[in-house]
Amino acid sequence: MTERTPGLRAAAPVAVGLLILALWEGACRFGHVPPYLFPTPSAIALRLVEQWPVLLRALGSTLLITVQAFVLAVVLGTLIAFVFVQNKLIEASFFPYAVLLQVTPVVAVAPLIIILVKNTALSLTICATVVAIFPVISNTTIGLHSVDPGLLSYFRMNKATRLETLLRLRIPSALPFFLAGLRIASGLALIGAVVAEFVAGTGGQSAGLAYQILQAGFQLDIPLMFAALFLIALTGVALYLAMVALNNAVLGGWHESARTEET
Amino acid sequence: MKVVELRGADKVFSNGMRGLAPIDLAVQPGEFVTLIGPSGCGKSTLLKLIANLLGPTAGEVAWWGENFGRVGEPGRRIAFVFQEPTLMPWSRVEANVRLPLDLAGIAPAEAAPRVAAALAQVELSGFLRHYPRQLSGGMRMRVSIARALVTGPDLLLMDEPFGALDEFTRNRLDDDLLRLSFERRLTTIFVTHSLYEAVFLSTRVIVMAANPGRIYAEFRIDEPEPRGDDFRSSARFAELSRELSQILHAASVAGAAVQ
Repeated sequence: MTERTPGLRAAAPVAVGLLILALWEGACRFGHVPPYLFPTPSAIALRLVEQWPVLLRALGSTLLITVQAFVLAVVLGTLIAFVFVQNKLIEASFFPYAVLLQVTPVVAVAPLIIILVKNTALSLTICATVVAIFPVISNTTIGLHSVDPGLLSYFRMNKATRLETLLRLRIPSALPFFLAGLRIASGLALIGAVVAEFVAGTGGQSAGLAYQILQAGFQLDIPLMFAALFLIALTGVALYLAMVALNNAVLGGWHESARTEET
Repeated sequence: MKVVELRGADKVFSNGMRGLAPIDLAVQPGEFVTLIGPSGCGKSTLLKLIANLLGPTAGEVAWWGENFGRVGEPGRRIAFVFQEPTLMPWSRVEANVRLPLDLAGIAPAEAAPRVAAALAQVELSGFLRHYPRQLSGGMRMRVSIARALVTGPDLLLMDEPFGALDEFTRNRLDDDLLRLSFERRLTTIFVTHSLYEAVFLSTRVIVMAANPGRIYAEFRIDEPEPRGDDFRSSARFAELSRELSQILHAASVAGAAVQ
């Protein structure tokens, strides 16, 4: 099935969202659900506006940790992947530990990191990086290996140097895989940041959205909880869309993942 | 001087399988040599030995009377066209054709007119800014041929380049290839499955047999250049095709009998 117009494609999910909100509002009002159990969307929106300065600061704090962790994961993950593909033995020796990093839940490691690292922002960033780095490593490694053998022969036949082969062949071949890795890593960086904030439970100036949720929970301010949750979800969607835009900008024209309707 | 000479060159693969029995073969300048034979006869392996993509297990290969070190110098340039177009999907047509010049360290300003000329020869001048996936299979193959021609090769190696194309497109590309190789006095070594293609293109057909891969027979085609549709539909063409077909059949029987 294909979309008829780009407008409809964008409007359809918005319409679904509005419908769900309307049903939610109606169900809460007519069912007389108390706001401390399940608030109406309008109550949540009101709380969002009332608490905007606090929430905005919390959002900024969470976003900072997320972006720092994401950048760190991308830089370190890419470097590690480049080291991995240099040599089969290196990859075989170290890849299991990258997997170990991936399969250990961040909730379990976070307390340890928070104890070991005094600076709160730094410890949160490290937690989120640990969560986000694996897809970057694994995708980039796969990508750097996924070179068309015919093109590789062609480069060898034309006496291309190792560096030329890397720049002109391996890196472009790896790009679609790398960008898919970024898409996953951006979401994981946010999850890592929020989970680490929960575990750390730190308040004060650098309190993030997770702390707002915790506090609101203690005070039974359920609309505020939802408002913070809404902002986290919105951040996740924004990150995802940013990654899709990056993907399309970089791969536009040649790769299937960035393919738009044929003109 | 012989363009390529194999002296007792053979190939045993690392799994112990014998790809090629010792081969003696010399190719003279201006020849269009076609390698044909049943699958498993080692024709692609032989071409890879000539391209230095594989090294012989024993014996030797000489290019213009010397080893591979001097290949790439003027008068000793080799170009290879694969079964697949083997283009870089992330690069536009012009960048794909320019690749061998880039790798040879030729400045873009000097490369641009040569790229344009090579694309004009395969009639793709209007497609400089296209990506490979925007082109049809035949057009992609023509880009691949332009990439081979842009270096001004002296020896052109082609491994079943038109095998995946429909007959109409294949005939057209055969016509173009023959015209180009005739105009440029290219030496060409061509691998194919199609005996009609072999008869149409070649000055000499090498028929190979399997188990182990070896040269079974040689077949000369002394039809003068240029050849065109007249030749393709002539009685002489039909007669040559029939003769080659009989040799090919004998070769496949000889290859199967050893098993």
